[in-house]
Parts: sequence; C-alpha cells; structure tokens
Amino acid sequence: MKHELTSRETFDAYLASQKDMPRWWLDLKRESWDRFHDLPMPHRKDENWRFANINGVDLGGFHFGQNPEGEAAEKDLLERSEQVHQRAGRLVFANDRLVHHEAVSQKLSDQGVIWLPLEQAVRKHEDLLRKHFMAQPIKLGSEKFSALHGALCSAGSFLYVPRGVEIDLPLVACHWTNGPNSAVFPHTLVIAEDLARVTLVDFFASHQRHARNYVCGVNDLYAGPGSRVTYISAQNWGHDSLAFHLNSTQAFREAYVTSLNVNVGGRQARTESHSQVLGEGAHTEMQSLTVATGSQEFDQRTLQTHFKGHSVSDLLYKNALLDDARTIFSGLIKVEEEAQQTDAYQTNRNLLLSPTAEANALPGLEILANDVKCSHGATSGQIDDAQLYYMLARGIPESVAKQLLVFGFFEDILGKLENEEIAENLRSLIRAQFD
Amino acid sequence: MKQQLEIKNLSVKVEETEILKDLNLTLPRGEVHAIMGPNGTGKSTLAKALSGHPDYEITSGEVLLDGENILEMEVDERARAGLFMAFQYPSEIPGVSIANFIRAARQARLKEGEELEATQFYKALYEKMDMLQIDRKFTSRAVNEGFSGGEKKRNEILQMAMLEPKYAIMDETDSGLDIDALRIVSDGVNKLRGPERGILLITHYQRILDYIVPDHVHVMWNGRIVKSGGKELALELEKKGYDWIKEELTEPAARA
Repeated sequence: MKHELTSRETFDAYLASQKDMPRWWLDLKRESWDRFHDLPMPHRKDENWRFANINGVDLGGFHFGQNPEGEAAEKDLLERSEQVHQRAGRLVFANDRLVHHEAVSQKLSDQGVIWLPLEQAVRKHEDLLRKHFMAQPIKLGSEKFSALHGALCSAGSFLYVPRGVEIDLPLVACHWTNGPNSAVFPHTLVIAEDLARVTLVDFFASHQRHARNYVCGVNDLYAGPGSRVTYISAQNWGHDSLAFHLNSTQAFREAYVTSLNVNVGGRQARTESHSQVLGEGAHTEMQSLTVATGSQEFDQRTLQTHFKGHSVSDLLYKNALLDDARTIFSGLIKVEEEAQQTDAYQTNRNLLLSPTAEANALPGLEILANDVKCSHGATSGQIDDAQLYYMLARGIPESVAKQLLVFGFFEDILGKLENEEIAENLRSLIRAQFD
Repeated sequence: MKQQLEIKNLSVKVEETEILKDLNLTLPRGEVHAIMGPNGTGKSTLAKALSGHPDYEITSGEVLLDGENILEMEVDERARAGLFMAFQYPSEIPGVSIANFIRAARQARLKEGEELEATQFYKALYEKMDMLQIDRKFTSRAVNEGFSGGEKKRNEILQMAMLEPKYAIMDETDSGLDIDALRIVSDGVNKLRGPERGILLITHYQRILDYIVPDHVHVMWNGRIVKSGGKELALELEKKGYDWIKEELTEPAARA
C-alpha cells in the first residue's frame, strides 16, 4: 500500500520499522516530524528562495520505503557501484535500504576508525551520534525539508576517524533510487578528530536516467583541529527529480576542508552549503561544478561564516548551462568581529552555451571585522565565437567543441584532484550530459 | 576527378563591402603557391572565406575541392574534407590541452564507432613535436594560452602535420616570427610538402619564400589575382615594391 510521502501513515509505518532503535532516536524522529508539519512551505517573497521555481517544490506523489524492483535491481545497482576501485571501504544503498557494507581494514578498525551504516552507528555509538546527528543549524531556507530528513532518514554513512589517524584511500558511499516516485533521505556524517586525514566520496544516482524521485540528503562534516577532510559528491539523480542536498561543515583550528560537488541530475536540484570557520587558521575550500541541460534548475545557496581569524574560506562555483537550463547562485560571506585577518573569497562563474539558458547570481558580503581580505564576484559569459570557430576549423563538430570548452572551463578544478580515478569518474559523468 | 583546389569566380562581401571580386585560382596537389599583396587587398578574406567563417558572405562563385563544392559545407565539414587553415591569429582555448584538442580533431575524422588508438596518437604527436622543436611538455598545456607568437605559429604547423590535410592555407604564417622561428616553421612546412598536398602561402613579405620556395606566385590587388608567375616574381616584387604593380595596372587606364 503506497501512502503519500508526508502522510501520517508513511511516518507510522516508518516508526514501526524503527521499533528496535534507541528511544532518543525515536524521540528525535517524532520531534522532526512535528517540526516538518509546523514549518511553512517556502514562499516566493522569501529572500532565500529568490529566483527559485517555488511551484516545482511539491512533495505530492512521492512514496517512501518501497522496493518496487526487488533484489534483481539491487544486484544491478551494486554492480554499478564500482566507480572507485581503490577504496578503504564502501556502503551501497538502494531506496534507503542497505545493499552492501564493505568494512574498513582490520588495521584501520584497530586504530579506532568507525565506518558504519547510519542505523548501526545509532545503536553502537550513541554518544557520538547524539552529539553530531542533525546538530548543525540549517539557515539557508530548507529548514522544513531538513526536518523531514530528520524524521525519515535511516540510510547513510557514518565515518569516525580518531586523532592522528590518516586514511590514504577514499571511503565511498553510493545512494541509488530505484523505481518511479520513490523518496530517499541519504545522510553522511564525517567526524575527523585532531590531525586526522580522510576523503569521502558520495555518489548519488537514480537507477533510471529520467526517473522522478524526491531526494533530501544531508551531509555534515566535522573537521577537528589540524585535520584534513576532503569531501566529493557526484549528483546524478533522474532528470525529473526534485533534490535537496544540505551541507554543513565545521572547521576547527588549523583544519583544512575541501569539498567538491559535481551536479548534473534532477529537474530541480537545490544545494545549500554552510561553511563554519570555528577555529583560528582553518581553511575551507568550497567548490562546485554543474552542467545544466534541458530545462533543469540548479539552485545554489551558500554561506561562509568566520568566527575566528587568520582563517581562509575560498568558494568557487562554476556552472555550464545549455538549452533552457537555469541556475541560481546566492552566496554570503559573513565575518564576525573577532575574526580578524580573514581571507574569504566567493566566485561564481557561469558559461552560457545557449542563448536561452539563464544564470542568476546574488553574491553578498557582511563583514564586521576591520582587518580582512574579502572578495566576491560573479561572471556570466557566452561561449567565445572565435574559440568555437577555431575548433570547427579543425574539423571538430560543434557538440564536441562545446564539450571541450566545458571541460576547459572545469579543468582548473578537475585537473587538481589528486585521485585520478575519481577525477575520471567525474569527467565521464560530465561527458554523458552531452550524449 | 582533378586533385586540385579550384576557386572559380569567387566574390565575397564583408558587412556589405565587396572584398573579393571574381577571383580565380587553381591549386593542384603537390604544389606550393604563394599569394602576395599589400595590406587590405583581400588576402586574409580569401583564407577566411575558404574556411567558412560566418562573417564572410559568398555572393558568387564556386570552390571545388577535388571536384566537390565546399561552399555548401559547414566549417567543420570543410576541415574534415581536407582543408586546413593555419591562422594568422590563432585563438587561445583555456583549459583544453593541445593533446586533447588535436585528439578530438583526429577522432572527428574517424568513422562512426572507431576509436583513436592512444599510443599511436602520442607517438605521432611526439614525432611531429620533435620535428618542429616543440617541447613535449607542451602537450598538456592549454591551446595557445600564454604562448609567444612563434609558439603559436609552431602549434599551427603541428596541427597541420597531425591532421594531414589535402590543402593547407597558411595565412601570414611568417608574421611576427624572428628569423630562428621562421626557419623552424619553414622547415616544418617543407617537410609537409609532397605530392599528396597543395599549400597556399599567403604573405605580405617575400622573406618566407627564401625558405619555402613556391612553384607559383600570384599577386593580389583589390580583391583579384592580377599577376601570376614563377618564384622569380616574388623577387621582382621585393625589388620594385607593390607600387610597381599599381603603376602597371593603372597605366593602361591613364593611356586611354
């Protein structure tokens, strides 16, 4: 029996499936569910939703907790979850159901590394989960959707890296949707203690390229003092999907956090990224590459807050737009009074490959300290006719020429990725948008 | 079918101004022809019009490549049919490496479903780079980005060498080159001469013709070829200057 995603029946069925889970977890679920219903839907006068297609934000017709295609589909999805062969561990989910858990090595486990599906982590590591799960403020407009995530989220990866432990190979999580109209709530929680080093990659995709799914993912990164955390995500949801990805990063003293989000999927996909610089000398890099095709809308909201000085945050969001696609970039840098000698940068660059594509940019600064270096800038440019002609004159067809120009536009980010296998994966994801 | 590039009664307009007027020229494979002429006489217009640049409007005439009219083709189709343009001012393409650029151009010449073989490609690429004295490190550099004038021109010849066109049009390839660079570029072009290829060398100065000795020299004036001859014509032009042509052309009118 399929119930509407936001109906009481959906939540009751979910709670029943969670009856063996700890009480605090169930309480948190109930609170989140109530909050979801109390909070209003976004309104077109809301500054956080400026330029967004509010009418497209409709949760009707989605279902949760179904597995319509059964185990055969899951097997296929597992086979397709081989993007990164050299890895420290892996988790694969289909419609929020755990399909596969590849543990970390005995050595890492002996060092205290925890790599678990979220539900197991909730049972085994109550203290860590109670402290960190959904503990970050959501400030960028999706409070309501975040609450629904809190209520229904069970699938996800939990990664804990103790003090001083360095993991060379990436941890990999794959989240799939399976079948039409299914809703998923993927969660990622990374806790890197002092001087730890780790890379996690999330692959998000629908089993069917044109699927209609609802997705609301949350990923929270905790980067302890002196740690190095690299987070990469590749978002390839079905092209009729509504997707939210809400990120919060906490960077403590001398931590170095890099995040890269590559987005190609969804009918309407919104990302919210909040980088909090909480310790002196911390450095956060926030990067995003998007290929927007057809009539897709990518809505990007970012916030860089500096609470402590001598810190750096550097944001670079690049969008390549084709056809009738739209992007919205809205970013704010906020430097608190105490955060002297802060460098904060925010750059949004849009490459328009079609005359009917539309890129909106709303950059912003709010600076209370007086000794800082901050800049923000947004540029939108058409494809250069002289460059295109030069490529055509070499016999390169126009579609391939455009693809090369997009890769050229993205190369300053992709070319710097240390892991060549991941870089190649991201490139082929981008290439597929031109087929 | 004649293996030649045949330009017949070609007239070309740019923004309502007629630049080429009823121009005729035949370039057989295996030959090198030079077109000389003062600035503003339509030499570069000829090159761009042949390549299919959208700003150049063909008002009449035909251009037959081995008997096939290329004026019906798109820019990229002409190139794949075997026409190559070495540009006077090649574009910079940030983020696209020379290797990937040339690879895409070679791939475009393969049949549907065929894949370029990477090892062979790099072997050929390095060979041609060595010939043109281009550092192999350049393969991963973005096309023409931050290149000196000489490096850009060498990169054009490298592409010509890799794409093996039937006909190459070289638009003022000698401009902006010092004597060393000119020698390297000329050596490269000489190595690409052969019975399977026709080369049309467009130049303002005679200097490059000391290195690339043409089979025929044409003088262009006011949108037309007004005089053709052997390689000695270039020397004569150099000695007497373009005013000589001007006088020769206007003389009969003055007499009348």
